[in-house]
Amino acid sequence: MAQDVTFRVETRTPAARIAGIAALICIVVLFALPAFASRSLIQDLFFILTMLVLAQFWNLLAGYGGLVSVGQQAFVGFGAYAMFGAAILWGLDPVLAIPLAGVAALLLAVPTAFFVFRLQGAYFAIGTWVVAEVVRLSVAQWRAVGGGSGTSLPRDVIGDMLGLALVQDLFGVRAAAARDILAYWLAVILAVLTIGGIYWLLRTKRGLALASVRDNVEAAKSLGVDALRMKWLVFLTSAFGTGVAGALIYLQKGRISPDAAFSVTDWTAIVIFIVVIGGIGTIEGPIIGVLIFFALQSVFAGYGTWYLMLLGAFGIVIMLFAPRGLWGLFSDKTGIQLFPIRRRLIVTGQDGATIREKDNG
Amino acid sequence: MPILALQNVSKSFGALKVTDNVSFDVPKGQALGIIGPNGAGKSTLFNLITGNIRADGGAVQFDGQDVTRTPPMQRCLAGMGRSFQIPQPFGNLTVFENLVVAATHGQNLAEAQVTEHCANVLARTELLGRANQPASSLSLLQRKRLELARAMATGPKLLLLDEIAGGLTEAECDALIDTIRAIHAEGVTIIWIEHVLHALNSVVERLLVLDFGRIIGMGDPAEVMDSREVREIYLGIEI
Ligand SMILES: Nc1ncnc2c1ncn2[C@@H]1O[C@H](COP(=O)(O)OP(=O)(O)O)[C@@H](O)[C@H]1O
Ligand SMILES: [Mg+2]
Repeated sequence: MAQDVTFRVETRTPAARIAGIAALICIVVLFALPAFASRSLIQDLFFILTMLVLAQFWNLLAGYGGLVSVGQQAFVGFGAYAMFGAAILWGLDPVLAIPLAGVAALLLAVPTAFFVFRLQGAYFAIGTWVVAEVVRLSVAQWRAVGGGSGTSLPRDVIGDMLGLALVQDLFGVRAAAARDILAYWLAVILAVLTIGGIYWLLRTKRGLALASVRDNVEAAKSLGVDALRMKWLVFLTSAFGTGVAGALIYLQKGRISPDAAFSVTDWTAIVIFIVVIGGIGTIEGPIIGVLIFFALQSVFAGYGTWYLMLLGAFGIVIMLFAPRGLWGLFSDKTGIQLFPIRRRLIVTGQDGATIREKDNG
Repeated sequence: MPILALQNVSKSFGALKVTDNVSFDVPKGQALGIIGPNGAGKSTLFNLITGNIRADGGAVQFDGQDVTRTPPMQRCLAGMGRSFQIPQPFGNLTVFENLVVAATHGQNLAEAQVTEHCANVLARTELLGRANQPASSLSLLQRKRLELARAMATGPKLLLLDEIAGGLTEAECDALIDTIRAIHAEGVTIIWIEHVLHALNSVVERLLVLDFGRIIGMGDPAEVMDSREVREIYLGIEI
């Protein structure tokens, strides 16, 4: 080949550049929002952001790692209880206890993985659910945090929370509203770190390895990919992030009980719904999914059981007619990707032959 | 010292003995051809060498190490690169990305060198023009070339090729022969299973004949091809 031929890799696309700018604006607006928005809007956004974080981690697990867990509530609940325990028993500031909750979830994930990684397919899913139930039942025995009926964060613990006084001064609001704003800001930070972190991971060589394992595990192994290590990486990362999100959710609620914190409906079924309708295996999917879910919930939540049946029916329709979710449908039609991970090889200085973008011969 | 040594390797699927007490050495730098009728156990032998299938008995040594119980991933890192008879592309990744997986995980190549390395392999296997296509869009023949390219991208000491020449035009076959010769000339040991005998025999220095999981002939290609057993069993020619 000629000497002057050079190769480089390109991942950015024009759509992604626009999306990047839009994301920056969006982040700034989200941070500034408490200055104008009502308390109920802040609470709604907190809900959306934390569900988005849970959905992103479930998507990492199932969509990228092929690990279909229905036991993520184990890490939500365990993280939340770790935060309550640290605050109540050790008097640790709840805000500072949030990363600790992630570590606690991580510690729970290690023995869990040893157990569930022996199981395949449906058995894996059931295994994760069994673990979550066992953890729920165990935590319900923990008297210091209220046993089966749960407990609240003590007033003095909440009142002295890091940053609370600052928020109160800044916006001139009462403590309860200030706690919502503080939790909301933390949720914005968590969502940005989650999406940014997952996007970064997917663009590294480990992200590519994940994609190869998803496509063909036997070939991946024969090319030096450590498929088992990838499973561990994804499982532990998801557990950590889910635990952090759990702690934050219950910091905002201020009250916890085993049944709520380990709810399979709230922290796994709905999360799966969000990922599936939005589009599994994409970063955009959970974002779209959570917005649609929130809209459906706002309109139909008053209908009780009918509401859950409606969600189920909606999920089934999407699965039948758009197996890759609404974002997948849109992306397939338009070719638009806001978080591109494709590595395109660009050849420069080569006369004549160019790389075909599409199959045209 | 041989780069690969099999001692009394056996494998059965149920009652079917697919690899029957197979022993042979491959000296470093040799190009060895494997022939035998369909179902003789050639691909299974590859899987036993690469670790995709566990042997029931016997031992496999690679590059001075016992690898009998080593998983395929470590064998790849130790320097084995393989193609699959039925191509196994990563369909959602592009052709280039397929190679990047191999180059970044199958060998310890610095990230900065990966792009250049993969592009060069693509050029050698005539896939450069398709670098950015999803692998799922390739034709069967292109997929076979991708198998070769991916195995090469791991920077192997031992390259195992399983029926990559079938269905090629004469010109394409000649190009493939040139490519494999060039790889061989760089010092890579090659084991090549192939039904296209003229292609195989224009590259390999030694031939191994497998039938019903047993080695029924091994040695100089011309002599082996001439032997009565091979002509009867493999070529089905009555003498
Ligand atoms: N995973 C498997 N399970 C059961 N039988 C198998 C398996 N793989 C191969 N076989 C059988 O083993 C025999 C040898 O197959 P193979 O090694 O693919 O032969 P070759 O590559 O020489 O055509 C065939 O009879 C095939 O049907
Ligand atoms: Mg075969």
